[in-house]
Amino acid sequence: MKIDASKPLEYSTEENSNKIFGFWVFLGAEIPLFATLFTVYFVMVNRFASGPSASELFKIGPVLIETFLLLSSSFTIGLAIHAMRHGYKKAMMVFMAITLLMGLGFIGIEIDEFFTYVHEGATLQTSGFLSSLFVLLGTHGAHVSFGFLWGAGIMIQLWRHGITPATANKAFIFSLFWHFLDVVWIFIFSFVYLKGLM
Amino acid sequence: MDLDKFKVHGEPLIYGAMVSIALATIGILVGLTYFKKWGYLWREWLTTVDHKKIGVMYILAALLMLFRGGVDAMMMRLQTAAPEMKFLDAQHYNEVFTTHGLIMILFMAMPFIIGLMNVIIPLQIGARDVAFPRLNAVSFWLFFMGAMLLNISFVIGGSPDAGWSAYFPLASLEFSPTVGNNYYSLALQISGIGTLITGVNFIVTILKMRAPGMKLMKMPMFTWSVLITNVIIVFAFPVLTVALALMMFDRLFGSQFFTMANGGMDMLWANLFWVWGHPEVYIVILPAFGIYSEIIATFSKKNLYGYTSMVFSMLIISLLSFLVWAHHFYTMGQGAMVNSFFSITTMAIAVPTGVKIFNWLFTLRKGRITFTTPMLYTLAFIPIFTIGGVTGVMLAMASADYQYHNTMFLVAHFHYVLIPGAVFAVIAGFHYWFPKVFGFRLNERLGKHSFWWIVISFNVTFFPLFFLGLMGMTRRTYTYSEESGFGPLNMLSFVGAVGLAIGFLLLVYNIYWSTRYMPRDTTSDPWDGRTLEWATHSPMPVYNFAIVPTVQTRDALWSAKQDNIPLYDDKKITKIHMPSNTGKPFILGVIFFILGFSLVFSLWIPAILSGIGVIVMLAFMSFDRDHGYYISAEEVIATEKKLKRGETV
Ligand code: HEM
Ligand SMILES: [Cu+2]
Repeated sequence: MKIDASKPLEYSTEENSNKIFGFWVFLGAEIPLFATLFTVYFVMVNRFASGPSASELFKIGPVLIETFLLLSSSFTIGLAIHAMRHGYKKAMMVFMAITLLMGLGFIGIEIDEFFTYVHEGATLQTSGFLSSLFVLLGTHGAHVSFGFLWGAGIMIQLWRHGITPATANKAFIFSLFWHFLDVVWIFIFSFVYLKGLM
Repeated sequence: MDLDKFKVHGEPLIYGAMVSIALATIGILVGLTYFKKWGYLWREWLTTVDHKKIGVMYILAALLMLFRGGVDAMMMRLQTAAPEMKFLDAQHYNEVFTTHGLIMILFMAMPFIIGLMNVIIPLQIGARDVAFPRLNAVSFWLFFMGAMLLNISFVIGGSPDAGWSAYFPLASLEFSPTVGNNYYSLALQISGIGTLITGVNFIVTILKMRAPGMKLMKMPMFTWSVLITNVIIVFAFPVLTVALALMMFDRLFGSQFFTMANGGMDMLWANLFWVWGHPEVYIVILPAFGIYSEIIATFSKKNLYGYTSMVFSMLIISLLSFLVWAHHFYTMGQGAMVNSFFSITTMAIAVPTGVKIFNWLFTLRKGRITFTTPMLYTLAFIPIFTIGGVTGVMLAMASADYQYHNTMFLVAHFHYVLIPGAVFAVIAGFHYWFPKVFGFRLNERLGKHSFWWIVISFNVTFFPLFFLGLMGMTRRTYTYSEESGFGPLNMLSFVGAVGLAIGFLLLVYNIYWSTRYMPRDTTSDPWDGRTLEWATHSPMPVYNFAIVPTVQTRDALWSAKQDNIPLYDDKKITKIHMPSNTGKPFILGVIFFILGFSLVFSLWIPAILSGIGVIVMLAFMSFDRDHGYYISAEEVIATEKKLKRGETV
């Protein structure tokens, strides 16, 4: 492994920079994935059959908390990477832990929201609108949940091996993923919830 | 649990298939045990991360699937060979044309191309490996397990029967109540994820791992075509992923995406399917253009004419391929404006394609042409593909399409595009690159025999279908009456299909014969090639190139041979880093298979367990700290010496 000291640790080997580039390409695939889900949602949004419509269903409170949690966690993962660049392992771990906890909070609220909907009789099976809503939110939520497990795995590796080219690379790629989820959420917040509440 | 769901209530044919699958499986297991080959299989193949071996496995699987899809084709042609045939019943016919289309496109043409690209691309760009060798193995095993999942459907539970395009509401639980279309959504999903990973892997490989000096505009044409193809994969496959997931939700969990009530929308499926489906056609055809370009240049002993326009035409085709999807359903009520738009974009594709055809013709002009088998396929491709293209433009005219939509005319058209555009290409590429991988050529005489059988029979099979279509014979009809007058042409087509089968069997016989009797090739450059893959030994060592070559021009090897400039300095051998083998991708594939199978039959407990298994495997792979191994310089030098003496390593 040739380490190039002039580059940040996460880019310092050829393998590392290939991985980061590869992850960007992968995010390139996530864009059509979510774009398709959004398209399906927009096609379906007024097809609520005998079920509730968006404005009858959405409540702004929990969504604002979700938004707050996810946006702040995008900030703290940035701080974690910043700490990593300076070699502060402890600070990095703390910021990652905060990030993941906020992610967990987000998932908790989302699950609660789903339960409320189902309780109100708005299920996946009720209408085209609800099917597309659940699948769009669910796909994003599944990404966050997966990110939680992934981030936790990286924390264990950081704790065991410290900040090395390999762990730094993984943490950096994870941060890209987390930021991406944030961007997707901003779209969900604006075009699903805010628009739906209008 | 409802055991009845697993049973296929069928006819003797299906029971025959069951028995032969069981016998073949037992035979393989017994054979492996008897010859003590389990260890070899595991060490050398199931755990390999070597791009060449992965490529070979892709090609083997694709050849198998060619025969599976081919048998389906023969059964269909036999069933329609004469009026009122009683060979297959309607349900069985439905299953056969569905799996034929699926297998041919997704499990034959595409993997064959991915196989060739696995073997050749790293060599052609002078790289030691692909960017992510382990991920590459994951891709292969996901594809393979997806293919197997679809293949067992005939004997366990029943195959999909709503056509390869699986239009709703036909493919919904209501109208297709068997598990067949569950198989469809899960088998395609699993192998599709594999394909997407391949796309990411090869984009990185080609953009980041080229030999020093190989600028983008110096890349060989096959590499260009593969790069563009993989970009299409990365943008198109996520759409399929979503479509299949929604289909699965509709069928397994009762959601309302494509239903006819409760706000569902069946046309949404048609749109999603073809937003992926049309680019998919180009995923199998663009690499073919790359293969033909290499072959034409090599066997005309000329530089490819119009290199830059070749690249740009492929880029334009790839963009347009995303803008034409609705030409698949002009008749489904989307209005004149929409139809006109898609009609025009579709016809526009003919322009860059025409540019390519002319470039190939200009390359041939005044070339010193040798008529090898790969070259013959290439030469046959040009006129046949042109017929496919011209009839495509006929279909692209929305108003005219109302006349022959979903008739045999369409069936003839797409076979005229896909068979020369994908099948001939992979066969040509197979003959062309075979000596690179195995160190000997395929027999030319047998190759040409099989070529003539295939090309002539192809036209006998499919040309009559244009007329049958214009006479009004619809696609996917399983039988027809005497009075319709469709009998004679269908019989002719059946005769052609038999000829095709003979041609393909000759191809396989050629592989067998050549393996036994062809002399080993000592030059490692049997065709007097132009690109870097011919600069290393055949068969190549694991590390591909002892020293990474430096590229100065397009067709780097050719100019090196012409001007006597060395591609690398022989003295500079150093240790080489290699990734180590791993069984995890294979195990991951098996878990995905179990997951898919459980979901097909709604077996929730095994489904949840294997879902957890997938996560656990991914964690295992992430915690892996195996950074591969080094081959020492002495070892490399010793290997190189042996290879130069013509020994195998
Ligand atoms: C080898 C000789 C082949 C023969 C004799 C053959 C024959 C047929 C026949 C009879 C049909 C059914 C038409 C109908 O249902 O009315 C069909 C459909 C189809 N074939 Fe082939 N085929 C061959 C090779 C291929 C290849 C190589 C591909 C793709 C690479 C392909 C792709 C398809 C597709 C996509 C369909 C449509 C299936 C559907 O309607 O759902 N075929 N073929
Ligand atoms: Cu199309």
